[in-house]
Amino acid sequence: MVTRGFSSGRKPPTDTDARIPPGQYLEQGFPVLSAGPTPRVRTDDWSFTLKHGPRPIKKWSWAEFNALPMSKMTRDIHCVTAWTKFDTAWQGVLVDDILADAGIEPPTAFTLALSYDGYTTNVPTKDLTAGKAMVALLYEGKPITADHGGPARLLVPHLYFWKSAKWVNGLQFTERDEPGFWELRGYHIYGDPWREQRYTGDP
Amino acid sequence: MSETAATQSPWQTVTITRIEKRTPRVTSFFLQPSRPFTYRAGQHVDVRLTAPDGYQARRSYSIASAPETGETIELAIEKLDDGEVSPFFHEVAAVGDEVELRGPLGGHFVWSDSDGGPLLLVGGGSGVVPLMAMIRHRAARKSLVPVALVFSVRVWDEIIFRDELIGLNDRQDGFDLVLTLTREPARRPQDYARRVDVHMMVQTMMRLPEPPGLAFVCGSNAFVSAAAQALIDAGVPAGLIRTERYGV
Repeated sequence: MVTRGFSSGRKPPTDTDARIPPGQYLEQGFPVLSAGPTPRVRTDDWSFTLKHGPRPIKKWSWAEFNALPMSKMTRDIHCVTAWTKFDTAWQGVLVDDILADAGIEPPTAFTLALSYDGYTTNVPTKDLTAGKAMVALLYEGKPITADHGGPARLLVPHLYFWKSAKWVNGLQFTERDEPGFWELRGYHIYGDPWREQRYTGDP
Repeated sequence: MSETAATQSPWQTVTITRIEKRTPRVTSFFLQPSRPFTYRAGQHVDVRLTAPDGYQARRSYSIASAPETGETIELAIEKLDDGEVSPFFHEVAAVGDEVELRGPLGGHFVWSDSDGGPLLLVGGGSGVVPLMAMIRHRAARKSLVPVALVFSVRVWDEIIFRDELIGLNDRQDGFDLVLTLTREPARRPQDYARRVDVHMMVQTMMRLPEPPGLAFVCGSNAFVSAAAQALIDAGVPAGLIRTERYGV
C-alpha cells in the first residue's frame, strides 16, 4: 500500500542497499535499549560461567577470561527496533575459544545466554560456534561502556541484536530451545534479520 | 496458492480519524484499525510507510490511549527534525489518510490494574506516552491502586496531556502528579524545577502509602539512565524497575 505523500528520500544508496535487511534503516549513532536499569559490574567482581543445564562446567575470573585468545570481529548489526549500524568493531573471545579452554565439545544443540541483570536469550549452539559469535570485551578498541553492555557482552551479529546479550556472565547449554526474556514477551524465537523474524508468528 | 498458505499479514491498514495538537512538538493521531485489536497499557505498535517506488520506513510508537477507550488508538508523536516517519505525520498526514500498522507489540513495559502497585511512573518528554496509557487505564477501571507520576519536561507548554493529568490529579483518588520543569520555575507547590534526582524520587515515594511495587521509566536514553539510577539510589530494587528508551 503506497502512503500518500511519502517519498523515499531516505532510501539508502544502492551500494549499501544490499547490506540493509528488509525493514531496517541505516543509523550512524549507537542507540541504547534495555528492559531495566543499567547494572554496574566491576571487573573485580566479574566472572563468566559455562554451564550444562544447572551444572557449572568452568568458571573464569576477569583476568582469566582476558588471558584467553583474543579475536576481532567487525560486523554490521541489526536492532529489531529497525536500525542497522555498519562496521561495528569488536574484540573479545570467540565462543569456540571458550569451549576449547573448557576442553569440551558443545553438549547440546541449544544455548541460553545469561546476564547480570537476570536477562536471558536463547541461541542455537550452531549460531555461536564456527567463528560466528564472541563474548566481546572491547568496542572500537576501548572497554565496552556499561550502557552498551560492558564489561562483557555477547556478540551474535547475524541475528537481531537483542540476541547479543548485554552484561553477559554465562552460557548455559540446554536440552531444548528455551525462550529467553524477550522471546517470552512476543519476540521471535530465532531472530534472523534477513528473514525479518522480529515477532512471534513471523515466518 | 493453497488455502493454508494464505496466512493473514500481520500488517493492517488504519485510517487517521482525528488529529489533535498536544504541544508545539507533539501531536496526537487517532487511528481506526480495519481489524480492531485489544491491547495492554504500555504496549506499542509499529507504523509502516511505503513510497511509490516500494521503499518502506517503519518506526515504533507507544499507544497513549487506554484499552477501555474503544477501537480507536491514539499515538502521540513527537516531531523529530532529522526524522523520517514523524515529519510525515506532522507535515503531510491528514484526516482520512491511511497508513499501515502492526501490533500490539511488547510484553514487558505493560501494566494492568490487576498487577497491583503502588506504581511509580517516571517520564521524560514524549516518554510519558506509554505511562499515560497506564494512567488512563487506571482511571477507566476506577482502580484505586496508588500511582505517582514524575513528569520531566523543559517548559510548562511542553507538558503533553497537561490539562488531563492535572484533572486526574485533582480527583484525589490516589493519582499524584509531580511535574519537574528543567528550564522554567515550578508552578505548583508539589512541583520541581530541575532534572530528576534521588531526592525527588525519595520525596515522591513518600507521597505513596507504601513503597512502589513496580516502577516504569520511559524517555531518552540519558533521561532513563539518570532516572533509573535515582530510583535505585532511593532504594527501589532494580528488579522492580522497567525501562523503555528511545533515541541515540
